[in-house]
Amino acid sequence: MSDSQELQVQQKREVEKKTEGTTPGRIFVPVTDIFETPEALTVVLEMPGVDRNSIEASVQNDVVTIEGRIDFSKYEGMQPVYTEYNVGHYARSFEISNKVDQSKISAQMKDGVVTIVLPKAEQAKSRKIEIS
Amino acid sequence: MFAGFSDPFETLLTLQRALDARIASDWIGRGTAAIGSFPPMNIFQKDDDFVAVVELPGVDKNDLEIEAKENTIRIRGKRTISYGEQASVHRRERISGVFDRTLSVPIRIEPDRIKAEYRDGILALFIPRAEADKPRSIKVS
Repeated sequence: MSDSQELQVQQKREVEKKTEGTTPGRIFVPVTDIFETPEALTVVLEMPGVDRNSIEASVQNDVVTIEGRIDFSKYEGMQPVYTEYNVGHYARSFEISNKVDQSKISAQMKDGVVTIVLPKAEQAKSRKIEIS
Repeated sequence: MFAGFSDPFETLLTLQRALDARIASDWIGRGTAAIGSFPPMNIFQKDDDFVAVVELPGVDKNDLEIEAKENTIRIRGKRTISYGEQASVHRRERISGVFDRTLSVPIRIEPDRIKAEYRDGILALFIPRAEADKPRSIKVS
């Protein structure tokens, strides 16, 4: 993709939940890229307004879940006069087919973008099959 | 309990409702080409001054340029995304490219005193209202 392409606004999508949360408020689906290298699966999520200490990532039953919470106390005393987007916490889960080494999952945060690296477990790495 | 009234942003839901209520209000004027373009922004009033909160995740601070003149503020820059070699992409939702947005506020501001802060993918512009534009109380003689 070339750099000269003009950026368009992506409307925020709300999380469709099977269960209801206990706190009121909407949760949004972060815009996400997923790519795979021979060593790991990398999930990149845009979570503007979430700081590095407010992110949780977990893997359970081959589902990776990433949650980010925004600090909305910053909006105290601010009266909206014109708005184009809404704010809220972020959550998204993905089913992963590869076996992941859970102990080696790492997360990095920069400029509101979370990068989660899920290293493949030894047995999940592709191997050569000998033909006898 | 009436605590909710003393602190209108006590719950996230209250904030979300307040934001919904002002979606595309005509505060910045109708008919400007700037409405709805990238990056999305919310504008708040805080005391006498204004704060524009712009969502710009994944943009390097050095790729961001902000200019202000009279009551016009221009935000431009670019977002680059790289996957690295050897990567096979499963899902591609994020977009890279350039943006250039001009905002005209319907108030008199002090362009020289605008402060910009970029943190966690959010650009906040603190826009001071011009002294001459602030309401003042008039004494009755």
